[in-house]
Amino acid sequence: MIIINQFIASYNYFIIIFLMIAGLYIVVARGNMIKKLIGLSVFQTSVYLLYISPGKIIGGTAPIINDNYTLYSNPLPHVLILTAIVVGIATLALGLSLTIRINEEFNTIEEDEIFNKEEL
Amino acid sequence: MRLDVILRIATKIFLPFIFMFAIYVQLHGDFGPGGGFQAGVILAAGVVLYTITFGERKAKEYFPEKLFEIMIPVGVLIFLLTGLYSLIHGYNFLDYTAISHHGTHGQHLGVLIIEMGVLITVSGSMVTIFYNFINRD
Amino acid sequence: MILLTLMAIVVIGIIRFKNLFNVIILGSIYSFLMASILLVLDAVDVALTEASVGAGISTVLMLSALYLTKRNENPITHNQIWPLLIALITGALLVFGTYGMPEFGIINTPMHNHVGGEYLARSISDTGIENVVTSVLASYRGFDTLGEVTVIFTAAIGIIAILKKTKTKVK
Repeated sequence: MIIINQFIASYNYFIIIFLMIAGLYIVVARGNMIKKLIGLSVFQTSVYLLYISPGKIIGGTAPIINDNYTLYSNPLPHVLILTAIVVGIATLALGLSLTIRINEEFNTIEEDEIFNKEEL
Repeated sequence: MRLDVILRIATKIFLPFIFMFAIYVQLHGDFGPGGGFQAGVILAAGVVLYTITFGERKAKEYFPEKLFEIMIPVGVLIFLLTGLYSLIHGYNFLDYTAISHHGTHGQHLGVLIIEMGVLITVSGSMVTIFYNFINRD
Repeated sequence: MILLTLMAIVVIGIIRFKNLFNVIILGSIYSFLMASILLVLDAVDVALTEASVGAGISTVLMLSALYLTKRNENPITHNQIWPLLIALITGALLVFGTYGMPEFGIINTPMHNHVGGEYLARSISDTGIENVVTSVLASYRGFDTLGEVTVIFTAAIGIIAILKKTKTKVK
């Protein structure tokens, strides 16, 4: 019983870890560049959850000050992640533009084929 | 013309509301969820929607590429100059009390100004990125 | 909890599918689920950003990049054991790390006893702004935001440098 309660109390961490290793696996195992970028963004999104979920207090509300509420969730991780999301899209767009240039140069976006063409 | 009449009419109807919503999110950032980042992205989404439905050439008549390219550095400059303004007036960098001394008025104004800078940079860069992607055909 | 489970299922889909169009649409669904979870976790600003950035703009950019490149992923040829092993070892280490983490939703954790509470208490008297996220973002941590705007500026300049078609003709 205690083990089940422990599991439920840490369920968010387990899902975060699963998303993280899934992102890592996609980045390492797949050769397609767009797939790699999606894996990278999955990894990044799991970090958002890792920051935000400990900031939640059960019974608290969103950190917008109002006389009717006294308990708020922690605003600091929200700020950090807000900036991280927008930086994330900027770097993702940069990666996609590099992918487009690679495709124009090598006519492929698979890693193995690019290595083969470079050796020739 | 083509068979996308519904799409074009719907875009025409929705577009003012999208821009209106962006402005609302921008100016309401002090009291509810919102701010420069979200508003900038929503604004860019409106332009992207128009470009997808009406084609590149017509979109660039109303939303010229040059304008958005200029917007990228302008936003950063607004932000930086706000910081330098308070620095010149003998306060810390980005201390908005320099703008107005009536209680928290300076803070309100300063936050509005730099959120405007953020909006300009974010929407400018998003639209520029999108235009560069579709130009590459 | 259900939303978190749904996210895990969507990620398995992202790993399995070979057609990149499917993968991108699943990525969009993933972003929407993430936005709903953030809403449940009281992060309204972040949820709004994730819904507009992750599900909106990034999907559009991915699709336009896909239009310029290839539609399908090649079947995997090389060995899959090592990446899986690395991922599993990392995952095991991280699971071991969760024993030191606080339980979900309780108030007496280190992160609630330091600067976060201070911001909540002082925001109104210092800045007069109700939304604490905005006041921290723009006022207390304005320098942080300046650096971040500069990052976006740099990324946009980089993309213009990489992709912009110049008018000078190569002879």
